[in-house]
Amino acid sequence: MKHITNYHVYFLLLTLGAAPAWGQLQVFTCEPEWAALAAELGGDRIEAESAVTGLQDVHYIQARPSLIAKARRADLVICTGADLEVGWLPLLLRQANNAAIQPGAPGFMAATDFVDLLEQPQVVDRALGDIHPFGNPHIQTDPRNIGRVAAALSERLQTLDVAQAEIYAARYADFSARWETAVQRWSTRAESLRGQAIVTHHKSWVYMIDWLGLNEVATLEPKPGVPPSMSHLAGMLEQLQNEDVRLIVRSAYQNSRGSHWLSDRTEIPAVILPHTVGSVDSADDLFGMFDVMIDVLLGLGE
Amino acid sequence: MRLIFLPATLAVCLVQTELSVAQGSISSTEFNPALSLILDGKFTSYSGAPPELMGVLQGGESEPAPEGFSLSDTEVVASANIDDKFYGFVNIGFELDENETEVELEEAWLQTLALPGGFSVKAGRLFSDIGYLNVRHAHAWDFANAPLIYDAFLGTSYADTGVQVRWIAPLDVFLEVGGEIMSGDSFPAGGRADSGTGAHTLFARLGGDAGVSNSWRVGVSFLAADSIGRESMLELTRVGFDGNTDVTMFDFVWKWARNGNPRDRNFTLVGEYLRRDEKGALTLLSQPPLTVAYDDDQSGFYLYGTYQFRPQWRVGARFDQLSLGKGLSGLPGVAVGSSDPGRWSFMLDWSNSEFSRLRFQIDSYDLNGRSSTGFVLQYVMSIGAHGAHTF
Repeated sequence: MKHITNYHVYFLLLTLGAAPAWGQLQVFTCEPEWAALAAELGGDRIEAESAVTGLQDVHYIQARPSLIAKARRADLVICTGADLEVGWLPLLLRQANNAAIQPGAPGFMAATDFVDLLEQPQVVDRALGDIHPFGNPHIQTDPRNIGRVAAALSERLQTLDVAQAEIYAARYADFSARWETAVQRWSTRAESLRGQAIVTHHKSWVYMIDWLGLNEVATLEPKPGVPPSMSHLAGMLEQLQNEDVRLIVRSAYQNSRGSHWLSDRTEIPAVILPHTVGSVDSADDLFGMFDVMIDVLLGLGE
Repeated sequence: MRLIFLPATLAVCLVQTELSVAQGSISSTEFNPALSLILDGKFTSYSGAPPELMGVLQGGESEPAPEGFSLSDTEVVASANIDDKFYGFVNIGFELDENETEVELEEAWLQTLALPGGFSVKAGRLFSDIGYLNVRHAHAWDFANAPLIYDAFLGTSYADTGVQVRWIAPLDVFLEVGGEIMSGDSFPAGGRADSGTGAHTLFARLGGDAGVSNSWRVGVSFLAADSIGRESMLELTRVGFDGNTDVTMFDFVWKWARNGNPRDRNFTLVGEYLRRDEKGALTLLSQPPLTVAYDDDQSGFYLYGTYQFRPQWRVGARFDQLSLGKGLSGLPGVAVGSSDPGRWSFMLDWSNSEFSRLRFQIDSYDLNGRSSTGFVLQYVMSIGAHGAHTF
């Protein structure tokens, strides 16, 4: 009898686990910016969770058990795509045993499908570092790209959860109006930055640079994905003697040593810019992320 | 003869892929599978004779690396979605043996992508999903050689032809249950017993995160194999085994990285316990052949940790121990040592990128009451498609 009771409890647990709470759409994203965007567009109709946090390097994630469990239960997976997650996403999707989220199904969406990619390489060779053959995938640092993905994501939510389509459409109209106003505000505030030189840690800011008309004069990584070496930093020090550089920029998860070494010798401030939601204090949502980004670039924050 | 053409064909495919990407054109080569090639070479030196394990029925490729320069398997891996419902994977290993190139089909399987209810099915030649390390190819190990329990009891790894079913529970915590029916053609099975379904496995795993910095997984696995005339070497004598083998394994892995970001520093701890029970009849293929009843329980474990102390650099330590039964001790020519075989290993490796790794390893063996030391210098390189970050 005891055995039967145990099985009953076990079965009950499984059934409970299988049904999403209150019929919410389960949205699982690779990066925090897409979870934040889904939350803006879905409100309490969805439950959104990101695989990667703002303090983790998206290139180096492993398909660990907790992520497989989340992908198993997801109705929709949103990732950046363009091979940014090539080291772990294909494996994660394959191991999750969930037909709904396989590439090609309505339950999978790659944000880079809706954005024109910069830096599409002419030559693909690993001797050039960890380059992305389809172009630079770090699209989320330009808020206009967030707007483009929002339109596609809202359509996807309306397709997957037809009963709530009107709610999603209304939320999108509201979000895109607020977003357009905010983009206008950020662009105006950053007007004085046009043409200014910055140094970056990794080639992950090209879309922000393109948006604000900044000038990237050097990167701490000698090649994409290769950690800054002493000889490369020394070479940069010489190069930067003759340049008027505003900031040395890195993401919260990147090692601060290279930035600080260079900053100490050039007196160029080394700063952390929010590369996504949750990467620095007060970047709790997408609006906060770009507020902080512009503040830091203008020398007002951090 | 056909084998000679294979690398040439692959080379042509690689070149074509590169061209089409460079020109941004769409052509039939866009549908080529993801291809990668693994280069794995070693220089090995032992103080004294190469450390041979005695007093245990071993099979497969369980030999210590030869002294001096040697190549481990050079692998060609191809994989792709076959269509929206199937995924395919092939791994072909090339091995040099006394200047003859041996080709081994290490894996060739398909996997379903679209089954409902959290199920998937894999079919073909595959590395069994028992334990933690069994499913991993040698180039993905954290040490230059396999743990002693794998060498002694599983023929380094158990790969066979059959069908695997896996199910994942729709829970917050990771719960996976699976099983396999295999042909029973590979050690520790042999002879394709039970009409070519001679080996069965069952496994279950539980895993999750503890906070944002820690993640873990524990597992239990069983392998039941029937053998007809399974051949293995016992010291210098060839031995046939008829009977059944039951293997029970417990494994765990724990990984730490501050904020879950392993780029700069991370720590991994892995352990497995394995017990092998064998019952049946042994036939020593000596002159004249001798058949005896055989019943033995053997067990062992390993525990290792690796620590990445700065980007690109890792250190690791591993301890191995076996506990061999007395089932073979009465047989002629068998030397079962007085103490349990054991080994300490220490490694240092440097990875210039995700695609290249150089490793130095020291092994301190205590096998059958004899001590020896091994030194290994190893390179592991991968060309082509990006490898997967498995947990």
